[in-house]
Formats: sequence, structure tokens, C-alpha cells
Amino acid sequence: MTHLPFILASYGLAAAMILAFALSAWRRAGLAKRRLAAVDPRGRDA
Amino acid sequence: MAITLHRFANPGQFLRLSGRILPYLAVAGVVLTLVGLGWGLFFAPADYQQGDAVRIIYIHVPAAWLASGGYFGLALCSLLSLVWRHPLADLAAVEIGPVGAGCTALCLATGSLWGRPMWGTWWVWDARLTSMLVLLFLYLGHIALVRAFDSPERGYRAGAILALIGVVDLPVIKFSVEWWNTLHQPASIKFTSAPTVFSGMLWPLLISILGFSLGFAAIVVARLRAAVMERRTRGLLLARAQEAA
Repeated sequence: MTHLPFILASYGLAAAMILAFALSAWRRAGLAKRRLAAVDPRGRDA
Repeated sequence: MAITLHRFANPGQFLRLSGRILPYLAVAGVVLTLVGLGWGLFFAPADYQQGDAVRIIYIHVPAAWLASGGYFGLALCSLLSLVWRHPLADLAAVEIGPVGAGCTALCLATGSLWGRPMWGTWWVWDARLTSMLVLLFLYLGHIALVRAFDSPERGYRAGAILALIGVVDLPVIKFSVEWWNTLHQPASIKFTSAPTVFSGMLWPLLISILGFSLGFAAIVVARLRAAVMERRTRGLLLARAQEAA
């Protein structure tokens, strides 16, 4: 495969960015859900 | 129209509805992205001139599409917020900002990684590249501006005005390759004519664009759900503190 370092760098950057956004969104949503449930038990089903 | 929009703006209703669609959105986004990128990386043909460097297209084009599409969504939310006072539009604009900025940065970085072996340079002050860089600054400006005020509402208002002014950059990005002589190639996929891309490359590209778009939507919805719950928690704690005082 030609230009392999450039291709790997592009796919690596994309994977890192997608993973970073997905994990931070998942973690933040979980934390927000637990905090809301602690304040308002009706928020548990959110 | 305003009544219809507000019916879907109830935070509780949004949490229930988004909680149901988010898993499907996320799974479809992951599967289509993996299929599109896997196809593009391992099975699509190399370009007769560019060789395998053309495989960067399966990242670069979806990122460019989402950079512009995300900003359009941000500007639309800003309009809904300023004109109709839509209760979720402010939060949606705030949550789209960082994800859109990430896509714009990815587009610029992959463009640079593609440009180095093809053009012999990492960067040129070409109309397309420069207008895309301006878009990144608009995203960063919006992110900074909405957080720059003590009152969140004032920050949302200022951010919305910036977003609406900045929307003028979108047609400049789109038509920059036609209005000026640029190093960047013209669009290969248009709504008004048949694509100029070989079908063996076009299909993985379209699947990749769809996968990235669904993934983008899933991340924004997840962030928006978190923001709604955080706002509700703050409101409840504030109400309790006021009752106790």
C-alpha cells in the first residue's frame, strides 16, 4: 500500500476523535443521570 | 410552527424519546462507519494517479460534510433560540459546537495529510482551506463566547448571534472551488449532476458519510441528554436551597 504513514495517521486521528467524543458523552450522560436520580428519584427513568 | 416545535421541546419528553432512539442511532452509526471505512481501506480500488492516498477520502469527505452540516445545525438552533425561544435550542447549539469543531479539525488535519503527498505541501492559503479554517475559528469562538458570561442566557444569546453571522462562511466554503482558482479539486458529488467518482469508491464513501452522520447525531443527542439532566439537577438543587433559605 502506498502512502501508508499518511493513511494510518488519518484513520488513527479519526478513530481517536470518535472514541474521545463517544466515551466523554457516555460518561457525562451516566454521571448526569446518577446525579439527577440522587436529587429527584423520578429522574431515574430518564 | 412555533407550537409544533415547542411540543417537542419539553425536556421530559425529549429525554424519553431520545432514550429510545439513541441506542439504534449509535449502533447504526458504528456499524455503517466500520463498513464504510473497512470497505474503503481494504476493498475499494486505489486511484490510478493518487495511489492508496485516495483512501483518506473516506475520512476527509465525511468530516468536511459534518463540519459544514454541524455548523448549519448550530445556526438553525441559534435561530430557533433567538426567534421562538425554543427551550432546548440553546443547549443543542452548545452541544453541537465542540463536536462540529472536532470534525472541522479532523477535516483540516486529514486534508493536510492528503495534501502533503499529492500537492507536496501540508498547507496552502487556498480559498477552500482558508474558509474551512475560518469555520474552525467560528466554532471555537462560539464555544468560548457561550461560556464567557456569568449568566448562561446572555452567553447563549451572544453565541446565537455569532452563529448566525458566521453562517455566511458556508456558501463561501461550498463555492470557493468555483469562484476562485484553487489547488483543491472541485466537488465530485453534487445534488444537481451525476457523481464523477468511480462507483467502487462512491459506495463506501456514501456509507461512510451516512455512518459518520449517524454517529455525529448519536454523540450530540447523548451530550444533549446529559445537558438536560444537568440543568434539571441544578434547577432542583436551586429550588431546594431557596426553600430552605
